Amino acid sequence: MSVERDVMEYDVVIVGAGPAGLSAACRLKQQAAAAGGEISVCVVEKGSEVGAHILSGAVFEPRALTELFPNWKELGAPLETPVVRDDIYLFRSETAAVKLPGLFVPKPMHNEGNYIISLGKLVRWLGTQAEGLGVDIIPEFAAQDVIIEGGVVRGITIGDKGVDRHGEQTDNFAPGPEIRAKYTFFAEGCRGHIGKRLLKEFQLDKDADPQHYGIGIKELWKVDPSKHQPGLVVHGAGWPLGMGAEATGGSFLYHLEDNQVVVGLIVDLSYSNPYLSPFDEFQRFKHHPKIAEHLEGGTRLSYGARAIAKGGFNSLPKMTFPGGVLVGCDLGTMNFSKIKGSHTAMKSGMLAAEAAAKVLLAGAEGGDDLTGYTADFKASWLHDELYRSRNFGPAIHKFGILMGGAFNWVDQNLFGGKIPVTLHDTTPDHATLKPASQSAKPAYRKPDGKLSFDKLSSVFLSSTNHEEEQPVHLKLADASIPIGRNLPMYDEPAQRYCPAGVYEVIGEGSDKRFQINAQNCVHCKTCDIKDPAQNITWIAPEGSGGPNYATM
Amino acid sequence: MKALVSVKRVIDYNVRIQVKPDGSGVVVDGVKHSVNPFDEIAMEEAVRLKEKGKLTEIIAVTVGGAKCEETLRTALAFGADRAVHVKVDEEIQPLTAAQALAAVFKKEGAELFFLGKQAIDDDAAQTGQMVAALLDLPQATFASKVEIDGGKATVTREVDAGLETLEFDLPGIITTDLRLNEPRYLKLPDIMKAKKKPIEVVGLGDLGVTAAAGLKSVKTANPPKRSKGVMVKTVDELVTALKAKGLI
Repeated sequence: MSVERDVMEYDVVIVGAGPAGLSAACRLKQQAAAAGGEISVCVVEKGSEVGAHILSGAVFEPRALTELFPNWKELGAPLETPVVRDDIYLFRSETAAVKLPGLFVPKPMHNEGNYIISLGKLVRWLGTQAEGLGVDIIPEFAAQDVIIEGGVVRGITIGDKGVDRHGEQTDNFAPGPEIRAKYTFFAEGCRGHIGKRLLKEFQLDKDADPQHYGIGIKELWKVDPSKHQPGLVVHGAGWPLGMGAEATGGSFLYHLEDNQVVVGLIVDLSYSNPYLSPFDEFQRFKHHPKIAEHLEGGTRLSYGARAIAKGGFNSLPKMTFPGGVLVGCDLGTMNFSKIKGSHTAMKSGMLAAEAAAKVLLAGAEGGDDLTGYTADFKASWLHDELYRSRNFGPAIHKFGILMGGAFNWVDQNLFGGKIPVTLHDTTPDHATLKPASQSAKPAYRKPDGKLSFDKLSSVFLSSTNHEEEQPVHLKLADASIPIGRNLPMYDEPAQRYCPAGVYEVIGEGSDKRFQINAQNCVHCKTCDIKDPAQNITWIAPEGSGGPNYATM
Repeated sequence: MKALVSVKRVIDYNVRIQVKPDGSGVVVDGVKHSVNPFDEIAMEEAVRLKEKGKLTEIIAVTVGGAKCEETLRTALAFGADRAVHVKVDEEIQPLTAAQALAAVFKKEGAELFFLGKQAIDDDAAQTGQMVAALLDLPQATFASKVEIDGGKATVTREVDAGLETLEFDLPGIITTDLRLNEPRYLKLPDIMKAKKKPIEVVGLGDLGVTAAAGLKSVKTANPPKRSKGVMVKTVDELVTALKAKGLI
């Protein structure tokens, strides 16, 4: 079916208004202004507004921000709460915990000079700066596909609006426009759906280790003022996930300004027990006395979840292809040893922007590989930082948090990350599940409604909404797999790894069927990553659909 | 024929409203706002009438602070030709807003005024009616169908008993209900064009309106929490429980 599409043209189009995309946009405009030239820049964002789909811890290292806006303080950047104390716990059981002395903590986990922020607030601020510099930011428009002509990326197509659930055009049908550009920056975040296609199309990851992921689940709480300790950072490892390599991850709890506390759990998606439920692990985690003491008597304000790309250096794909680049978590620049990805995402966006600005201002027609980006990346602090932390994730995956943590202490604190060995983790996360028959069901308790909650009341707090009459945006390549294969083999783990209750197996006996409640989807991408059959593909729903995070 | 359409900036309908701890109102900082959905319907209806050749110009108007410019830009992207921003930084009374809107209607010499039937923030459903009274013009509220022909408006409205059809000579006021139309999706080129369309900024004073004190909001509170249900095993137990609560 051919439809007539509006076509808009820019020098650079950026997919995704997150830290990487917006930093790139600002940098392009700054470089153009400095050279007295003009570069037209457009940023498309699938959320209902800039920041609506942003979720992060977040302890923020201001290094890249200071490079982008040296006067960010005067410009009112929302970095309000400096880190004043950094506690690290090893949770030994549901009641016991040991606080690690600073000496035993791997260096990258120290946070002096960093800030506890809402990344949602920061990107909203970045959006305002970008618009002030003349960038066109277009929320509610979801990039659906990439335009590739003759092996060259020429821009993107925005998803159509007004299509009913059977894929038919309604009276209100609005074809998505094409946005064409000399260079297209993909800044979709972790497991971007176009990024995934590009990796395949241009074989960008053929020389890299498989990307590794975690799912981060987070809540924002308003706590009793008497319990509020602004600037306190608490990180934890161990319980509820255990000490071995079968299930790894880590927890965080930060005290922000205004009596707000964020609490979250990251579960590495390399876990092996198909009965494990990251959501329920997180809910029970809050009952640990060391965590509960912060939250008791408080109110939960918001909930959300997002996958993170944590493969780091060893998993970095080729960064460029004809006509475009990958930046931020779409590329995989998170520094897992610091559990931080915002400053690295920003820096990658800035590096790509500088390379593009240089050639565009010299009159380039685009459509080529921005090789300057790769070269500048290799010479940057970003490369150095990611190189030094390359063993951190693989060590934990291989040896668990105790022995892996010990390795990391030696590597980071004695060798500065330059231990002369590189660990590789070559098993992709979708291939780590053991059969259900060989796995034990964890005993998750019912939520108490005070500290722990059920999935649906949680999703409600993410203000998630999708236009009801639209095709399901979670595509099954083979509709028979969930019940035919995943259910007998793994008790269909989608029921549990999805933190929003999108996937359900309903009915009894031979009437069992797989139901997809796509309206609940918080766009975390975990299903696209963890499905053992790699049968689920996340595509962008109609623009503005998804969560409406305020300050996550 | 010129039409005026009012658009109000409200907290987006998807947002979970939070009451401020001190009860002085609801949290609006950092919260997504958008155009009041009923005003989008008003805007859509005006655009459709213009597309049918019934209107020559659509002017969007809003009353509120600097951020309301976004709301007007959305109206301009829908198809308003230009916009008037009555800029007021402090919170204003409903009557003052109605006076400002009425003054803009007069000043523009418009013949038709579309407003959403109510705004989803305070749900008062009063502005259209007040404007009509202030201008001493006919009004048709809660419109589910609008026809404009020969200087007359024919408006179907949903009432308890069914449908009621009213007819009045223009100029007049129409407030729009949910079933009137389904607002279109904004097109990207229109959003870009809207950035360049003119917005005239005026103050209350320019319109000869004085902000007056009227209503005072006393307290904002969450609805009381539902207490947990109790399972009873027998009818006798149920009767005893109901008696104990004094319900029977």
